[in-house]
Amino acid sequence: MSERRSLWEYANPRKFMGLSGTILPWITIAGGVLLVVGLIWGFFFTPDDYRQGSTVKIIYLHVPSALMAINAWFMMLVASLIWLIRRHHVSALAARAAAPVGVAMTIIALVTGAIWGQPMWGTWWVWDPRLTSFLILFLFYLGYVALWAAVENDDTAADLTSVTCIVGSVFAVLSRYAVNFWNQGLHQGASLSLDPEENVADIFYYPLLVTIAAFVLIFVALVLLRTRTEIRARQLRAYMARERMQ
Amino acid sequence: MMPDLGKYATSVLSAYGASIAILVVLIWASLARSARVRKSLEAFEAKRKGNG
Amino acid sequence: MIALLLRDLKIAVRAGGGFGLGLAFFLIVVVLVPFSVGPQSSLLASIAPGILWLGALLACLLSLDRIFALDFEDGSLDLLATSPLPLEGIVSVKAAAHWLTSALPLVIAAPFLALMLNLPAAGYFWIVLSLLLGTPALSVIGTFGAALTVGLKRGGLLLSILVLPLYVPTLIFGAELARRGVNGMDTQTPLLMLAGITFATIALLPFASAAVIRINLR
Repeated sequence: MSERRSLWEYANPRKFMGLSGTILPWITIAGGVLLVVGLIWGFFFTPDDYRQGSTVKIIYLHVPSALMAINAWFMMLVASLIWLIRRHHVSALAARAAAPVGVAMTIIALVTGAIWGQPMWGTWWVWDPRLTSFLILFLFYLGYVALWAAVENDDTAADLTSVTCIVGSVFAVLSRYAVNFWNQGLHQGASLSLDPEENVADIFYYPLLVTIAAFVLIFVALVLLRTRTEIRARQLRAYMARERMQ
Repeated sequence: MMPDLGKYATSVLSAYGASIAILVVLIWASLARSARVRKSLEAFEAKRKGNG
Repeated sequence: MIALLLRDLKIAVRAGGGFGLGLAFFLIVVVLVPFSVGPQSSLLASIAPGILWLGALLACLLSLDRIFALDFEDGSLDLLATSPLPLEGIVSVKAAAHWLTSALPLVIAAPFLALMLNLPAAGYFWIVLSLLLGTPALSVIGTFGAALTVGLKRGGLLLSILVLPLYVPTLIFGAELARRGVNGMDTQTPLLMLAGITFATIALLPFASAAVIRINLR
């Protein structure tokens, strides 16, 4: 028996409940504090952009939520693979827990993008490759969540959603390239660049980093909380099933 | 205290408002479900113990 | 496997098998378009490739839940799964049967409907080519979706929500190929991409579909 503790130990539901219960408050506090600091810094103490005026302040919500929308799907993909390969239940439940958080992040990114686009481009929505890809990502999230909700048996649902997540990832990447190609075909040399990183100055960059860190921590906290809920819910179902047998 | 947002005030404020509202709804839903599941699980365990 | 293909074709063609329903749906969608956007010939001609692609896609979607549902209900899917045939092969045969009965009639009907939408003569070749090349991918992807939802009681709507996002790349490249062909633009990139998607899905997706069926039959 080796003394070395493996990371896989935390895939055990009981160990996971212990560890997550200990660190969850700290992550929540850190995430909340960073969010408040970052947003106040960004909202009150950064100047207006000479070109975009005060709308540049939307960046502190738009960019972190967009990042987390993609990262949440990526996390679900990794968790799905772990479930399929190593059959750790916590992993499957974490993927399930992350999906609604990803949905919310996608909505925030789309809504702030639309509100930002309205004064800057004169329109709420353009079929720009990036916007369109996010909309497609949103549809993928919806299908994933709907499948989880529809299948009754827990393990079957975990298996089916994991395969869906993997196949969906391939098609999501494919869609990204297809959309890039498709839009180039529509209006050549689009003048609308959604890339704020290109010309973001230090003065906007540091508060942005703070809010990105805040969104990451809030995402982790929410996923931990929701995974704990899922574990309890499953235990409850197991009890109820046992009672019905008696 | 309030910075001058100029002509884009509505946009900026509505973006912040909408995002914070979505976050609050998400967090509230997560907490509510967590509390509900925890309560019913505890109730169940108490009942099982009671039945011995 | 050929026997299985013939059996599936026979069931589909038999009365009540749903053969022809997809075709009728396709016809109705295309007929409804001028009612909704107006009868101007120039407008109809310019959106014709997109309309035909969208109509074909929806008509394909409509018949997806039939791929496994009947076999699942009468238990023959369990027999097929335990038969010596590899499940991947069975899934491929099912997709092929779906394509032959649901998609191929659409491809054949497309030029006639294009006529009603005032498509210029040069476009017919591209419409048929793009549909011929793209619809096998629709059938194979749809088979995956049907396999996912095979055990569910109300799987129909869920099936659409799962499958439609997966159809996005095929639709983009297929409709783009048709549109560019009609307008006499360079067609090489969408042609290659569409063919790539079709052949890649035919080669790879049956493994996912078979895995999903094994999970559902467990």
